Amino acid sequence: MANYYNDISEIKFELENSPLMPRIVELKERQYEDKDKYDEAPQDFADAMDSYDKVLDVVGDIVANVVAPNAEAVDAEGPHLEKGRVTYASKTYENLNAMIQAGMNGMTMPRRYGGLNLPVTVYTAANEIVSTGDAGFENIWSLQDCIETLYCFGNEEQRQKYIPRVCKGETMSMDLTEPDAGSDLQSVMLKATFDEEAGCWRLNGAKRFITNGDSDIHLVLARSEAGTRDGRGLSMFIYDKRDGGVDVRRIENKLGIHGSPTCELVYKNAKCELCGDRKLGLIKYVMSLMNGARLGIAAQSVGLSQAAYNEAIAYARDRKQFGKAIIEFPAVAEMISNIKARLDAGRALLYQTARYVDIYKALEDISRERKLEPEERAELKQYSRLADAFTPLAKGMNSEYANQNAYDCIQVHGGSGFMLEYACQRIYRDARITSIYEGTTQLQTVAAIRYVTNGFYSQVIEDYEQLPVAAEFEGVKARIKAMADKFNACTAAVKEADNQELHDLCARHLYEMAADVIMCLLLMQNAAKAPELFAKSLQVYVNLAEAEVEKHYKWLQGMSVAQLDNYRKA
Amino acid sequence: MSLNIIVLAKQVPDTRNVGPDAMTPDGTVNRSALPAIFNPEDLNALEQALRLKDQFPGTTVTVLTMGPGRAAEVIREAMYRGADGGYLLTDRAFAGADTLATSYALATAIKHVCPNVDLIIGGRQAIDGDTAQVGPQVAEKLGLNQITYSEEILSLKDGKITVKRHIDGGVETVESPLPCVLTVNGSAAPCRPRNVKRVMKYKRCLAPMELAQGISFADLPYAAEYEKKPYLKLGQLSCADVNADLQQCGLAGSPTKVKNVENIVFKAKESKVLTGSDEDVNGLIQELLASHTIG
Repeated sequence: MANYYNDISEIKFELENSPLMPRIVELKERQYEDKDKYDEAPQDFADAMDSYDKVLDVVGDIVANVVAPNAEAVDAEGPHLEKGRVTYASKTYENLNAMIQAGMNGMTMPRRYGGLNLPVTVYTAANEIVSTGDAGFENIWSLQDCIETLYCFGNEEQRQKYIPRVCKGETMSMDLTEPDAGSDLQSVMLKATFDEEAGCWRLNGAKRFITNGDSDIHLVLARSEAGTRDGRGLSMFIYDKRDGGVDVRRIENKLGIHGSPTCELVYKNAKCELCGDRKLGLIKYVMSLMNGARLGIAAQSVGLSQAAYNEAIAYARDRKQFGKAIIEFPAVAEMISNIKARLDAGRALLYQTARYVDIYKALEDISRERKLEPEERAELKQYSRLADAFTPLAKGMNSEYANQNAYDCIQVHGGSGFMLEYACQRIYRDARITSIYEGTTQLQTVAAIRYVTNGFYSQVIEDYEQLPVAAEFEGVKARIKAMADKFNACTAAVKEADNQELHDLCARHLYEMAADVIMCLLLMQNAAKAPELFAKSLQVYVNLAEAEVEKHYKWLQGMSVAQLDNYRKA
Repeated sequence: MSLNIIVLAKQVPDTRNVGPDAMTPDGTVNRSALPAIFNPEDLNALEQALRLKDQFPGTTVTVLTMGPGRAAEVIREAMYRGADGGYLLTDRAFAGADTLATSYALATAIKHVCPNVDLIIGGRQAIDGDTAQVGPQVAEKLGLNQITYSEEILSLKDGKITVKRHIDGGVETVESPLPCVLTVNGSAAPCRPRNVKRVMKYKRCLAPMELAQGISFADLPYAAEYEKKPYLKLGQLSCADVNADLQQCGLAGSPTKVKNVENIVFKAKESKVLTGSDEDVNGLIQELLASHTIG
């Protein structure tokens, strides 16, 4: 039987082959202290890894045999709105029920709340696999990771009230966007007032573009400080659907991810609870929420790229023209090779990011239980920085790759790809949102650019270059080194010019150069360990990346303050 | 109300995706070429049992399977989905059993391990033998009512069960007092997926028969776990454990003899592709009339 985990050896490789994994599991499992308290808890590292493998086997089974076969029907039907309440497409309930019965909710939450206590890295793999089957369903299901934010910043009473419900399968949403507050969340105006009489907070106003907006448990960003206009007047609230007061006014009609209802919400004196401290809603909690969500979109994007690859290669093997399968034509094979190379490179970046997030989140969690040792504090700082630097790379690059891969997948299908009969058209439509929501690629660049200019990426690149590889990779390594040199030269030139507008204009190019070099180095490490899986992809990817870096290099070389006016449109 | 339910399950070669190497030249199933799976309709049966367990907490669902050591995989799979435990009925004396000997062994085991059983549920038939005889024979041997082709349990109260049966051209609703035997049709609800917490809890479950010669539970990795968690050792029953009459077991107890096995060889050299058009259909009718295939 098909299995979307076991059939894709590259995912298993990513889980099993990082030197960081033993540290991640040891931290997440607190030296395996749960083993005598919970029957399902692992005894040691090998046992934990075996359990992760088995969990993902179940995910792969459900996705291959329930979620993927339902994807077309869910896409065609979409959700419905009646009397302010959303019902999903009928097959979406089948998907959700299967995931609930399998216990795939609250995956990263501690066992004491009913969770599986899985590392983010393993959850990321589950996310990727679900997305390969149906990216729209992944959207609904993966909103469970909003619970991380409630876990980190809510009080113990809130944790005990909400986390077990999420672990049992209740869904979540994050209510951030408003008509006049999209990328600029500082402008959020939804009003939160304290009702002295009832002794609780109340929400009034509207939100827009809320994914899964009729969820059971909402995290809501609202203005609690009357008279303020910026981010410092915003707080985060928990709205429990059981209390009522929020209705769905409309469901958006979208290009893709049809299974996922995107809602306009009206809050009418809705009772809610403050989560964490007042005024920290945007500057602390939403930033944390967003970083988790961005990693999720990176995983969704990689899943879509895998789906694009699966569809492209299956069609190209099957379709015959001029008396042979079209995969035999170099022009077609090149497209498929490029999809695979971008997929493998992007996936390497995704899992490296997830691992960095794991170490920093686990240490941060431990710091809530006890004082960290000095070396642990240093470790926390290091990995928190790596996670912060890598998340926008993983999200931005993988979402752009998902789009490119879906585009090439349709191209491989030729005229049939333009018809609505093949899965490639759904993949293409679903992929389009990934480079937009949870921060556009342009905003990922904003988040990442300081790590370009402060030399952090360059340092990471140097560290990766120090890792030993076999002699046969020396040639590739030298080519990657030459790319890194160009990246460093361009960065220096932009800094030298010392002009903010020029800096902003060049940012995307520098961002991509850094990402290209980092992905080359990660993929080289993979190829050194498993040439049977990655040797070809490495060569193809380095060919692509080298050309990309050269393109950016040329572009940046020609860029100067004198050019700025040519780009001004305001 | 809590029930004692026995689910009959069988490990079978996956005959649904048969490749060219599925049969050996002598006409028997090439088991190494076909993966061993949980017989599909037994999964439908398990789901019916688990639904009753959802409805009546305290219900015990026990899986009974007959086969070699590796068949214990069926018990683990059932436990991952919600069964409480199971027994592997295994003995050289059971080898070569036809449906009569199999049902004798199963009925004897049920009498032994669960004399107060309320409900025995199995799949309609296994995909390797396709006889649909074992469930009914178990019912006869235990002197119980049987409801075959079950599709859904509609209710269970006051010691009576009401079941929807899938029959030719429609459905039939029947009622029976408990205890009774149900065989479940493939059109019934599919089985729920494995639950990952249960997978992690039960993944080390083993029947003694699965251990290599000379190895005991104390020699296994995580040996202390088998001491601390008795559920990790699966139940196992031999011929002697259930006081079975050797004459009625295995080959000795099997009146069915395979007289001859023939390989089907498709001899036609050419095939024709016909569309559903009137023209093609008419052409085919004329051809079949001419060859006196029909007429």
